Amino acid sequence: MSHDAERFWEQAQSWDELIERCRLLLLDPVFPTVRAWKQRTGGKTVGCFPVYTPQELIAAAGALPVSLFGARGQVEIDHADSRIQSFVCSIARSTLELGLTRHLDWMDALVVPSICDVARNLSGVWQHNFPDRLVFYLHLPQNVESAAAGVYYRGELERLRQGLIELAGRPIPDEAVREAIRLYNGNRALLSRLCELRATRPEQWPASHVYALAAAGNVLPRDEHTQLLERALALGEAVSRPKRDWVRVVLRGAFCEQPPLELLEALEEAGCAVVDDDLQIGARFFLTPVAEDGDPLAALADAYRFQTALTPVNNPGRRSRADDLLRRCRETAAQGVLFASPKFCEPALYDAVLLKRAAERAGLPILEFEYEEKMTVFETVRLQAETFVESLLFFSEVT
Amino acid sequence: MASPYQFQGTGRDLQKDLLANWYRRLENAPQEGTPVAYLFISGNIGELLRSFGFELVFPEVNALQCGIKKVAGDFILKAEDLGYSSDVCGYVKNDIGLATSGNRGPFGTLPKPDLLVCNYSGCNTYIKWFEALAEIYGARLFLLDVPYRRTGEEERREDIEYVVAQLEQLAEVAAEITGRPYDPHRLSQALAHARAAEDLWVRILEAARHRPSPIDAFFEAVFFMAPIYVLRGTAECVEYYQAAWKEIEERLTHKLGPVSEERFRVVLEGPPPWPHFRTFWELFKRWGVVCVASTYSKVGGIWDFGLRHDPARPLESLAEYAVNCYTNWDWTLRRRMLERYAEDYGADALVIHSVKSCRSFSVGQADVRDYFTRERGLPTLFLESDLADPRYFAEAQIRNRIDAFFEALEHRRAAVTPPLA
Ligand code: SF4
Ligand code: SF4
Repeated sequence: MSHDAERFWEQAQSWDELIERCRLLLLDPVFPTVRAWKQRTGGKTVGCFPVYTPQELIAAAGALPVSLFGARGQVEIDHADSRIQSFVCSIARSTLELGLTRHLDWMDALVVPSICDVARNLSGVWQHNFPDRLVFYLHLPQNVESAAAGVYYRGELERLRQGLIELAGRPIPDEAVREAIRLYNGNRALLSRLCELRATRPEQWPASHVYALAAAGNVLPRDEHTQLLERALALGEAVSRPKRDWVRVVLRGAFCEQPPLELLEALEEAGCAVVDDDLQIGARFFLTPVAEDGDPLAALADAYRFQTALTPVNNPGRRSRADDLLRRCRETAAQGVLFASPKFCEPALYDAVLLKRAAERAGLPILEFEYEEKMTVFETVRLQAETFVESLLFFSEVT
Repeated sequence: MASPYQFQGTGRDLQKDLLANWYRRLENAPQEGTPVAYLFISGNIGELLRSFGFELVFPEVNALQCGIKKVAGDFILKAEDLGYSSDVCGYVKNDIGLATSGNRGPFGTLPKPDLLVCNYSGCNTYIKWFEALAEIYGARLFLLDVPYRRTGEEERREDIEYVVAQLEQLAEVAAEITGRPYDPHRLSQALAHARAAEDLWVRILEAARHRPSPIDAFFEAVFFMAPIYVLRGTAECVEYYQAAWKEIEERLTHKLGPVSEERFRVVLEGPPPWPHFRTFWELFKRWGVVCVASTYSKVGGIWDFGLRHDPARPLESLAEYAVNCYTNWDWTLRRRMLERYAEDYGADALVIHSVKSCRSFSVGQADVRDYFTRERGLPTLFLESDLADPRYFAEAQIRNRIDAFFEALEHRRAAVTPPLA
């Protein structure tokens, strides 16, 4: 990696420059920051399939957790086609493609949480194709209310800890995990701060920009990403942006595979201010800070069971996804909901049906569309979004 | 002309009767005030629920019935009208279509659930399916979380303990709904029946090691396996397998098989295309193909490697069973199973039927094809359609692929074994 790419946030003189650097980084299938980290530290790197990988444990091992989000349209799916059929979401196929084309040769291990049938089976395909690398399948409990789930999941985390000890060749004492929990809590607090700012003043903190800032964290050590976010918060206030006439919307469905950046931009251009979303939820899935004292694995297990952002792939327990969505819409004064599902992502597609119904019952207008990595034309979505925005603006004028 | 055989047709006919009776009981359940639970085939803990007096509905079985009776297409369209994508599992859509059409299908009218038990073993779609049903019926949902069986590890004690703890909780829920206490004795009796049926079922499946095989372990097994999935734990289920074994025994004695002349023995991976079941089978029969082992016949339990329900360890053995259903095994275990079948059953080829609906089956099958053709040198035929959605079956294309494949196999065989002069 070119030297000036390191700690680029320190050099960025303006908000726009910082955002541009983040964008370049998140689209780079070469993973320059990860390779540089590996070279610098000689440490182990662990790929994390979205959504609920407990990265704290990986960081506590002195390894670098890297969130994988496929190839973001930057490589052609060629080799993966012979191993995974075309009716599967892009992220699974392009992540495998990256592996088969040696874009992920820096990766020492892969952690796959049990989020869906595709992810689960992908772990096996990975194992077969990369026999010399550790694949760790993490069973996330679905019966979260059961006390047995707490015990079980703590056991899963312990197993992951043992796997990481072997991989990194060093012990992972509880204190190291607590330290990592503090680091991640701090990082999430800044991400939440950005999200709040975006919800209050979307013209000042556009969602597509906040997205790029969050996504840069996928390939950076957490402390560095925290510095990046601090810099962003300082630079962001300094920009002056005109007020805009747009409608406030909540976006759901993009919790795992991510939409192309251009899609988010098209939505903004069409007049949608995304004030809440589930994009990059893997970086901020604990809704409140994880306990920083006591048994750290139990703390992570409890946080998973009770303080996790709801997505189509976890169990809501006593909570309800529909109530959660409506509450977020109220809190952010959203005027409508966008259901954006990755093509072929069954969990998102199933939930969209139930959530749409709930939104409609609550009188919230909705717009629904699908996306995929190889999408290059965004005109249809833009037009749909424009019509949606116009109808909402019209509606708010007549009432 | 009267058949010279005493037992031929028993397996099919008796199975039909049993299922018809069961559906009749379901239809009458509301009148009789019998509590009703819905659950899934894979990892089903039906014995436990029946011990509380529940009648059981298996939405997957309803979906396959709709498929084979050719009404699935309409139900699927109905669900798509309700907003379900064309890319999600056809079984789920079939069931949503059915549930929102008065629950009336070719099998009669189904009762509403008092309890939905999402025994999620090997398929996350199960969860999304029952979340939708919970909303449609306003019924209570119990999520029985069954961990995935992973390679490199023996069956993990923690997994079993976790499932057992949840079964205890499920028993409390069942007691609350039915007003009956948990009766371990009754459960153990059911498990003794389950075990007896499992012994017989394995004997039937393993008969396919003979040449010619007396049974098609895919096309026929799908009928023969119905009782062990939906009625396991009952005396009538054991009686069924006793009768079915007689039929197989008779076939062995007289060297009868599913095709008049067995020419190719294959292992079949994947579910059947229910809406085109007959057509699909015929395409293989034309070539004298017999499926000597299949993975689909293991979706509801893998008993041929020694696993059994155990009356002496009721909840533990239910948990062990639930963990060991085919799609709940990771790919290394599945691959090993296919290898073992190919060897033990003397297969000439592997046929993979990959269905779009079921990612839990299909994601990874292409990789398996690659493995068997490249690394194991076992000829592998890869076919694609669907298990529920009639729209995905391209008959001409499938026929061509099957014909080309067996033609090539035939040539190959002729090349290595010159005819005796
Ligand atoms: S995009 Fe959806 S289907 Fe694909 S891996 Fe993620 S959750 Fe699974
Ligand atoms: S995905 Fe497969 S196992 Fe799951 S419900 Fe659909 S057909 Fe059944």
